[in-house]
Amino acid sequence: MQCDNCQQRPAAIHLTQIVDNSVTTVHLCEECAAEKGVQTGATAAKLPLAGLMASVGQGAAALLHGEDERACSFCGARLEDFRASGRLGCPHCYETFEQDLRDLLRRIHGSSQHVGEVYLPASSAHYPDSERVLAEMREQLRRAVGAENFELAAELRDRIRSME
Amino acid sequence: MTLDFSLLPDSGMAWLDASGPESHVVLSTRLRLARNLQGMAFTLRAKPEDLDAARDRILEAGRQTASLRDGVAFQLDDLERIDRQLLHERHMISRELAGLERNQPVRRAAALLTTGSLGVMINEEDHLRLQSLKSGFDLSRAYAEIERLDADLGERVPVAFHPEFGYLTACPTNAGTGLRASVLIHLPGLVLTKEIAKVLQGLSQVGLTFRGLYGEGSEVVGNFFQLSNQTTLGKSEEELLDHLSKMVRQVVDYEVQARDVLQREAPAVIADKVWRAYGLLRYARSLSFEETMNLLSGVRLGVGLNLIQDLSVYTLNELLIYTQPAHLAQREGRALSDPELPFIRASYVREQLEADAARGSNGRDAAS
Repeated sequence: MQCDNCQQRPAAIHLTQIVDNSVTTVHLCEECAAEKGVQTGATAAKLPLAGLMASVGQGAAALLHGEDERACSFCGARLEDFRASGRLGCPHCYETFEQDLRDLLRRIHGSSQHVGEVYLPASSAHYPDSERVLAEMREQLRRAVGAENFELAAELRDRIRSME
Repeated sequence: MTLDFSLLPDSGMAWLDASGPESHVVLSTRLRLARNLQGMAFTLRAKPEDLDAARDRILEAGRQTASLRDGVAFQLDDLERIDRQLLHERHMISRELAGLERNQPVRRAAALLTTGSLGVMINEEDHLRLQSLKSGFDLSRAYAEIERLDADLGERVPVAFHPEFGYLTACPTNAGTGLRASVLIHLPGLVLTKEIAKVLQGLSQVGLTFRGLYGEGSEVVGNFFQLSNQTTLGKSEEELLDHLSKMVRQVVDYEVQARDVLQREAPAVIADKVWRAYGLLRYARSLSFEETMNLLSGVRLGVGLNLIQDLSVYTLNELLIYTQPAHLAQREGRALSDPELPFIRASYVREQLEADAARGSNGRDAAS
């Protein structure tokens, strides 16, 4: 069977998609599949994070390509360290590379907004410091609007309203 | 330091006692929560003195919790390789923490505080990896225990948390809840009916993933699969567990159906497969670990189908643990590299099966 895309190489990947209850099957060779961002179980299993990062969109491009001089002020890690190891350096890296990570987290998990258990440190366990949390969220909202991330901004606005 | 499992309640084997729900198909349920300390780089980037401090703080905090007060602490960087491998074979620590990966020796200040079924790995790729193990299919009990430990530890050590991204982890694939729930499930029926690929593909489309017997990066042996959630962020712990629970329940149903089909359509072929596996285990003189696992899978299917009656699932679970290389070598006082191990394994399996068969026939004599 030939590849549906290039009509030259033999098809190695058979992709079945179900959209609105109609089933389509596409037969692709490995090269064309890679070009279209289709991952096979084998390639995904070998390098789970690399595979994922290979499929990230424009927003997270900084995680993949190009020179980026930013370094985390706490641990000194750069994006190239993350590219090499797939691991961030410290909790502050999440703030240093916030926008890039937000895009990546959305690609990985389908969302960047945590909705599970909330950590309450011992000192605030009984009297949650809601003013501090609110202030932090307002700051996040400001940054989200600045970055034209309106989806997140709307989420944050709703959460802030519900807390006020 | 030498390893003494007898200090642990039930020698740390409680999760393999086959007492839990659905234990004819599901061996065990395991939950883990990834957490990190505030004000310190993640393990891979931390300074040696930070790693030591993290270990000391977490051990101290852990000993103050009700759940781990009676736990045993293991400093992995003080243990011999065979002992670290033993803990890994018991599913108490990851391959990474055990320092078994090639070119990746055991990390400084790597430690474990555990009761056997509940514990915390220290200085894995995250500072804390809480883990709860239960017999059979028991997500709710496993979660209740780990949630309590998480709250107790969180009161004593400050944990890195972000209002948007949730619990912060070294790898973004674990951020948010930090929760990975996995169920170790035996699926010989789906493998024999060749339905397994379809089922696994279906699971990947609903956000679940599968791994081998020892978790991440391990091969599938003996038809044992670990099914777990793929994403950790954007859904609450309850939603993640509920989804996994529904899907696993479906897989259990498929497996039961596949076994019915096999029994109905090819009873003689299945009986032959089962008894061949039993015969080889009972009489072989040399067994590799992988062969043992595959034969045990056939025998476990036979017990599940009631073809073999004189054998308990508990004995099978024990064999699963004690035929592993480090367990076998330690039991017999041999080196891991000993070329005699396959012979020793066969003789150990033979003894266990004979003992169980004798208990079974005594039971029948007494009853008649």
